[in-house]
Amino acid sequence: MTASATGGLMASLRVVGHVAVHVFKESVRDRILYNLVIFAVVLIIASYLMGQMTAGQDVKIIKDLGLAATSLFGLFIAVFLGIGLVSKEVQRRSIYSLLAKPVTRLQFVLGKYAGLVLTLAVNLAVMIAAHYAVLGVMSWMESPEFRAGWEAPATDPAMLKAFFLIFVQLMLITAVALFFSTFTSAALSAALTIGLYVVGHFNADLRNFEAVVDSPAAAALARGFYYALPNLAPFDVKTAVVHAQPVPWGYMALTTAYGVAYVGALLLASIVIFSRRDFK
Amino acid sequence: MSAIRTDGLTKDFSVGFWRKRTHRALDQLTLSVEPGEVFGFLGPNGAGKTTTLKLLMQLIFPTSGVAEILGRPAGSIDVRRRVGYLPETPYFYDNLTAEELLLYFAKLFGYAPADRRRRVDRLLDEVGIGPERRQMLRRFSKGMLQRVGVAQALVNDPEVVFLDEPMSGLDPIGRRQIRELILDLRRQGRTVFFSSHILADAESICSQAGVLVAGRLVSVGRVDEMLAFERGWELVVADLSEAAQQAIGGRARRITQIALGRHALEIAPTESDQFVRDCIESGAHIVALNPLHATLEEFFLRVVQDETGHEGAPSDDSRATEPPPAS
Repeated sequence: MTASATGGLMASLRVVGHVAVHVFKESVRDRILYNLVIFAVVLIIASYLMGQMTAGQDVKIIKDLGLAATSLFGLFIAVFLGIGLVSKEVQRRSIYSLLAKPVTRLQFVLGKYAGLVLTLAVNLAVMIAAHYAVLGVMSWMESPEFRAGWEAPATDPAMLKAFFLIFVQLMLITAVALFFSTFTSAALSAALTIGLYVVGHFNADLRNFEAVVDSPAAAALARGFYYALPNLAPFDVKTAVVHAQPVPWGYMALTTAYGVAYVGALLLASIVIFSRRDFK
Repeated sequence: MSAIRTDGLTKDFSVGFWRKRTHRALDQLTLSVEPGEVFGFLGPNGAGKTTTLKLLMQLIFPTSGVAEILGRPAGSIDVRRRVGYLPETPYFYDNLTAEELLLYFAKLFGYAPADRRRRVDRLLDEVGIGPERRQMLRRFSKGMLQRVGVAQALVNDPEVVFLDEPMSGLDPIGRRQIRELILDLRRQGRTVFFSSHILADAESICSQAGVLVAGRLVSVGRVDEMLAFERGWELVVADLSEAAQQAIGGRARRITQIALGRHALEIAPTESDQFVRDCIESGAHIVALNPLHATLEEFFLRVVQDETGHEGAPSDDSRATEPPPAS
């Protein structure tokens, strides 16, 4: 690569960075985000109380609820902020001024996506910190004998694997929201993204659809959907980490690679659609 | 090299949900604006003014034809570095302050931090945004957003500035400030292309104007040439007797009492000599004889009427009274 091409790439990435930082700044001041994060943290803390109501299963309950709350509220953040990436900008016409600046549509899409992923990462970090804090307090309050009965330590670092895969899944959902928002309204983007999230968790059933239907055409169609739609089930390792079952690094790498590849394909499709779009 | 050039620029939109049909929003626009001109792009609602500006900003893509700015294809990154754009009724990010928004936009042009700060402070001062520049934009009124919109369009000291209805939503003070700003840009030799309904403003700041009706450019030229035709004369006389009022005033197009003992007579272009003689002979005193020129609004209405068969409808703003420009 020549020096001028490298300089051009760096300048281009700088613009992506500026857009991303702006998205982050805008997003972290969004009241919806505040409410979601506060609610998630309250729920994580409340899981401690719920844990007290169970006999001997309290630490598992807290871990399970904490991971589930992080996943659910992460989804809401990804959807509600993700759809605003493009559709709200187009509806409110704030995009007009921005695209009149030296920003290509490719830089706009990448910057918007990177900004929201950054926002997600920070919010997830807050939720993870609350989760570990609750478990840390609980561990500190229990006697060593009681703690010895747990399958895994309360603040088991293996939970970070589950959080990491939740993050990759949310990156994918954000890319889905971005993809839909490049050609539909904000409301439709939200509905389609949530719909795809639900379908994504039952996607594995489509693989063996021929076992339950006689029609080869229906089975082939189901198989086509299986490959085209995101398969989100592999990102859910909550049960494994809560029960101290190992999650191999190879599995982590493969699942992450699948998520990143899917994100790449969605971003590419978003850029292609967005680059040709008329802002009426 | 023209600052702005379009050749056969055409835009069709697909309308209808079930039965798609084509609506031609802009039809074969061929236009050239020279550097340093202030070009007023006029037309009734739905004429295609905003469509043209969006095509020039490449927010929409042409069905056919070409658009160039500063000799380069409109919408290219090189061009965007050198132009500024104010969209119609601009809207920005709710959770940013006016200052942050402008600093962000300045950053996209690659200015150093100190330079960014200097530009932003100066521009916000120029458009009349005071301490409220540190408030979130969601708290801004329409007029305040319009001012921020003008400021962001100038953040890169553009050679060519596109303003879509720049006076919209502004109070008389705001309109005067923006008008002064455009006149400043003209004095600095920058090219300004703006669409407006407010013909009084357009008349006071444009050097050239084009009238767009139903997507077609029906008139284009220098404003002073457009308004050159004499509509007649206004003869102001004092001490015009009752009898003379009946005799002479009856021949005038209109006679109005403008003060105690003073009358203004609107007369045809060729009859001024005869009227002056008749007034003097009747014992009245001549106070003034003023030529009457058409206003841009009258020109606009005439052109639109010729084209459509009915009168164009400039917004109520165009008839608003306000102080004359300070230029």
